[in-house]
Amino acid sequence: MSEHVNMGDISRRDAEPITHLQKSELKPLPAGLGVGDGPAFTPLSVQVKERCECGLDGTCALNLPRPKSREEEEALVIKFLAGVEKLFSKENNWTFLQPLLLTMEHCTRCQTCSDACHIYEASGRNEVYRPLFRSEILRRLYFKYVKHGGLVSRWKHGDIELNWPMVARLAELAYRCNLCRRCAQTCPIGADNALVAHELRKVFSMEMGIAAKEIHDNGSMKQLKTGSSTGMNPAAVRDSVDFIDEEMSEKTGFDVHTPWDVEGADILLLHNAGEILAWPENPGAFAVILNAAGVSWTMSSELVAYDSINYGLWYDDAQFARVALKHAEAARKLKVKKIVIGECGHAHKALSVIADRILLGEMNIPRESSMTLLRDIVMSGKLKLDPSRNDFPITLHDPCNVVRLMGVVEPQREILRKIAPKFREMEPHGVNNYCCGGGSGFAIMSPNNFTDWRFQVSGRKKLEQVLNAFGDCLEPETPKYVCAPCSNCKGQMRDLFAYWNLWDKHQILYGGLVELIVNAMADVKPGFLEWEWH
Amino acid sequence: MATLVFLFIYAGVLVFAVGCVGRVVQYARAPIHLRWELYPVPHEAPERVTHGGSYFEQGDWWKKERRPNLAGELSFMIPEMLLLKGLWEYNRKLWYRSFPFHAGLYLLMGAAVLSTVGAVFGGSGLAGVLFAIARVCAWAGLALTTFGGVALFWRRLVDPELKNYTGLGDLLNVGGFAIACVLAIIGALSGSMPPLATLARALLTFDSTVRLPAATSAGLILGSVILGYIPYTHMAHFVAKYFTYHTIRWDDAPNNKQIAARVAEYLTYRPTWSAPHIGADGTKTWGEIATTNPPEKQAVRK
Repeated sequence: MSEHVNMGDISRRDAEPITHLQKSELKPLPAGLGVGDGPAFTPLSVQVKERCECGLDGTCALNLPRPKSREEEEALVIKFLAGVEKLFSKENNWTFLQPLLLTMEHCTRCQTCSDACHIYEASGRNEVYRPLFRSEILRRLYFKYVKHGGLVSRWKHGDIELNWPMVARLAELAYRCNLCRRCAQTCPIGADNALVAHELRKVFSMEMGIAAKEIHDNGSMKQLKTGSSTGMNPAAVRDSVDFIDEEMSEKTGFDVHTPWDVEGADILLLHNAGEILAWPENPGAFAVILNAAGVSWTMSSELVAYDSINYGLWYDDAQFARVALKHAEAARKLKVKKIVIGECGHAHKALSVIADRILLGEMNIPRESSMTLLRDIVMSGKLKLDPSRNDFPITLHDPCNVVRLMGVVEPQREILRKIAPKFREMEPHGVNNYCCGGGSGFAIMSPNNFTDWRFQVSGRKKLEQVLNAFGDCLEPETPKYVCAPCSNCKGQMRDLFAYWNLWDKHQILYGGLVELIVNAMADVKPGFLEWEWH
Repeated sequence: MATLVFLFIYAGVLVFAVGCVGRVVQYARAPIHLRWELYPVPHEAPERVTHGGSYFEQGDWWKKERRPNLAGELSFMIPEMLLLKGLWEYNRKLWYRSFPFHAGLYLLMGAAVLSTVGAVFGGSGLAGVLFAIARVCAWAGLALTTFGGVALFWRRLVDPELKNYTGLGDLLNVGGFAIACVLAIIGALSGSMPPLATLARALLTFDSTVRLPAATSAGLILGSVILGYIPYTHMAHFVAKYFTYHTIRWDDAPNNKQIAARVAEYLTYRPTWSAPHIGADGTKTWGEIATTNPPEKQAVRK
């Protein structure tokens, strides 16, 4: 690394980034993988530099406007501090107070977490991306301002200067973590640096109204307003799905029909609505499978309930709770027996795990992963399957939210072992997997030059894993498939693979799990997977 | 001098106990948080725990009986507590320093307990055996803690990765243990150290006539200060780990009546988050905020 960053640099008053990410410093990709160095970093425009706070690393995810006066700066700092204090009060933050307190009080700063972080590793061990760097800032603020520590406390815990440049840099830094919690998994104490990033995002959003535009304005706010972050209202989503049904019927030879608002159905299926627009074959394949298996299911056209996303999970407890309750309410109204969550990782964790304790009484409708439902269908013998249709190398990407954070590890593998003769694992996998680099909202964020950071840094480890998994068949004559049963992961892979040109160089395609199942269904017209589409 | 040493020891133990109880109360009284588990969870069913799976892997999981897997939990906890298994797996370099340090402390604690029990049993044969084991534990404990303390101190001093995260307090924490142990060793080797049995009985009966070497006295006083100081620092992670593991990482309990009752209470809290989209004006409860939809209302007004 060409420069050393000290804790004190976060409070530097100049506008210059405290670190300058250089391609030459990134972790080299293994030779022989044939992807080269990738495109050059795009520098921030002069206008953005003048207008926005970009003092962290030469990347700008939030477009945080520069305050116009010293008074405005001071007001923002006071607001930030008020937010930090609220983070440690049960009235404001009962949701995560205990884990946050334990992380603040007991981290030994041993750095075991650093080696687990794909961002830190990919950056060439840049100090700014060390999981502890961010946490240590909050920890020092906590002991100084929340616990009102004096000189002895500063001696024990270290000091930090609180000023606007520090706050602005910390806001950006909260969006340099995928919240994959791989660091927490390795912590001998059980401290959780990803939680700190999550909690910092909450301070910025819930107190200061600062969040990534893609996940707040165009994400949870749009979903709560129109019903979906895609902007589709109920009529539009039904039209789109009707169109998909027609397409799928033609493509598969099945009579594909998606049932809507069927009261008393066994299952309410929640899709990430992004699938409907970006990967229509995914909800289409679900419909083919569920109909072929004779499952009683429905989708809901209730506001919010036709889009399983819940971006609040990443940055805002209130937004999170509002969306989760809408999902549960739709299921309650339809009197379904259970909610099944489609191929969307964060929706899995949001509704199954994180929302569990706020779904009280009749709102506590059982939630199940589509991975288990699909496994049960595939293993039941209800579908006639021909694995030879999937006779190409396939590897599986484990979405962090489904696997490490929810423990759904084997069902998708059982399916692949049954329908994909050339299935191979990437290393490491399962609960030790690496994030795709698009987690925590990054997959939908592309302001300024953030995409360069996303594909060169946060996605670097996954790129390496994918290429290594296909190391024995990288030649472009062999088509290969990365099965990523998660919309956000697919979004990241789509863009990551395009950035590194993986299709042209290696014929590596990405897609979901249901597409592979339908591709293997003997009764379906052959060629469900469209290799030329990537 | 012995009086002063004994007073420090009694005070150190008392402050330590009070501090530990305080920590437990602090964390135990915190509200139940939203679920935040992290897999693998070792109390999962044996057929799932090997790959880190959860009960969510079962279709209709809520209809299935959940069998607690105590053996799975113990098979994780015991190696973690005694051998620092996590550190061995994820940070071997540190393990070589940290394990001797912790093992040394365990042995010193063992020596203290054995000596106390031996003192209670008086001059019986059992007491003799206990004191003999305690002596071995004490010597091994002092040696390992000294080695580990010095090694950890040195790492904090020279490792560039720790530069940003090491304060004087961190150096004194580990250095203090090593110094206390070195003093105790010097005292024990001085030839004027009373037998462990004598010291233990004197401590138990507050017999201040016992004569201690100056180095031993200094070591015991420093050790007592550190003991009392531990619960008020991050070093109280032996308390924290119960909560970080059992109530966070492994807390996969589905919602039930007890949890729901507590959460229902939290939903009456009145947050004061001030971003406009939250709509928290200090009078609305969490429950009200979560069930309103300001963006939808704005859309309707437009």
